[in-house]
Amino acid sequence: MDLSRKLHWRVVFSRIMDGVVALVTLAALVPLVSVIYMVVSRGAGNLRLSMLWQLPPAAGETGGGFGNALVGTLVLVGIGTLVSLPTGVLTAIFLTEYSLGSKSARIIRFCAKILSGLPSILAGVFIFGVLVATTRQFSVIAGGLALGILMLPIIILSTEEALLRVPRFLREASLALGANRTQTVLHITLPAASSTIITGVMLAVARAAGETAPIIFTALFTSYWISSLHEPTASMAVLIYNFSSVPYDNMVNMAWSASFILIIIVLVTNIVSHIVTNRRSK
Amino acid sequence: MDESTPATQTQHVVAISSASSSSQAADKNARLNSPTLIDIDNVDFYYGASKALHGINFQIKEKLVTSFIGPSGCGKSTLLRCLNRMNDLIDGTRIGAGSIKISDVDIYHPSVDVIELRKRVGMVFQKSNPFPKSIYENVVYGLRLQGVRDKSVLDETVERSLRGAALWDEVRDRLHSSALGLSGGQQQRLCIARAIAVEPEIILMDEPCSALDPIATVKVEELIHQLKQDYTIVIVTHNMQQAGRCSDITAFFYMGRLIEIGPTGKIFTNPSQKQTEDYISGRFG
Repeated sequence: MDLSRKLHWRVVFSRIMDGVVALVTLAALVPLVSVIYMVVSRGAGNLRLSMLWQLPPAAGETGGGFGNALVGTLVLVGIGTLVSLPTGVLTAIFLTEYSLGSKSARIIRFCAKILSGLPSILAGVFIFGVLVATTRQFSVIAGGLALGILMLPIIILSTEEALLRVPRFLREASLALGANRTQTVLHITLPAASSTIITGVMLAVARAAGETAPIIFTALFTSYWISSLHEPTASMAVLIYNFSSVPYDNMVNMAWSASFILIIIVLVTNIVSHIVTNRRSK
Repeated sequence: MDESTPATQTQHVVAISSASSSSQAADKNARLNSPTLIDIDNVDFYYGASKALHGINFQIKEKLVTSFIGPSGCGKSTLLRCLNRMNDLIDGTRIGAGSIKISDVDIYHPSVDVIELRKRVGMVFQKSNPFPKSIYENVVYGLRLQGVRDKSVLDETVERSLRGAALWDEVRDRLHSSALGLSGGQQQRLCIARAIAVEPEIILMDEPCSALDPIATVKVEELIHQLKQDYTIVIVTHNMQQAGRCSDITAFFYMGRLIEIGPTGKIFTNPSQKQTEDYISGRFG
């Protein structure tokens, strides 16, 4: 029996494909790595810790920070999550547990998919028309709702996916023990899907934290601390947008530092969610 | 037919049961006359437009093991899942005609609470399906649903159920570790413990051993022998040796019809229908 290596064309083809896959993967990493490199190198270098609690500087001034924008982003995303998390998770539960395959479920799922592709500026314009133009007031609430609209489809679709992945036999086991549908969802399906759901929510949070367009139309910007939910607020994304296009070095550097902090926030939320879900699944 | 089977595990169990069978013969005859618990009366069952069961008509007696055998798609699992209305979960299914009564209550009557029914008719599935929780929480799940919070009641139930499922000695030291760390056979016995924790009257088993290795299968079968002291058991099986080993009554289904039902010994040695004989002798199916 001859087992020695021979150079078949399929072996060569396989090697070539291995190389192509590796190259394309590297190419895909280029933008990601270069963006992070830019932000870290230019943002971390100029970062002063006091930036985290100082107010933005006036034009031409030195020093200052983006404390109000940091708080503003946290509050805006907080409101967005508060609005979209219960709505999104309950909608997903309705889709998978109560109306799987029904016509209403198909319509809702279709709407969620359309909504997930919605240009984010439209969410801002919508809230502007509904809330800002009618009350004649840019506000934190309006900004939070705009972010909530953007987060909603992500949460619905990822939660639906997570719930569908819970095996049918777990639900049957619960029902066969005399559980009703609500008990089965609360005690079996949701806990089993929780880690995937949290991942989806974190994805939505990360997206919302970086949104600029909907915030400009709703929460606008201010150089002062947030004092009321019915007033405009600063936010990291809008601060970056504003400061990156001015001719003052101090402000431009601050935009880079704010970008760096924004990336850190997203990173930390992701790490925290991983820790939480890992602990849960143990 | 058992003698011709090469599997040593089969012969082992047959040896056990034949050794004790003479002393139990009289007892067994008396038990075969036990009262009717489930009355299946001319049941037609549909999945959408297709008729899966045709005029099924027989009774299941109390505290006996009744096995349903037959080739795949013959309706035996469908009938089993009618008994605790698990088929309700599938869209478009319905009982077209006839009725199923348990203790003289029509379980498909609109006034019947399905939740109460399922508490009284427990089920063990083909694939062991413990919840991704601790062993302890798996067993007490049914009780927690009913709102039982008393720790001593829960503890007591866990021990009683696990002992009942012959699992206590293997898991007593790790009740609070995940049920998913158990072996396949242990998981299936945990599912049985979970089912008996809510003290049902009837336990339905849908091919409970089909995913188990021979040794785990022997354990579950021994368990079935013990359980029939207290429970009425209905078991669907593809394994005819299993039906022969652990059931008192055997029902043979084919193409959605009940072909024959009788004492297991008679079905396997002297069936009255040609189709039954062909099936159990391995000529088809």
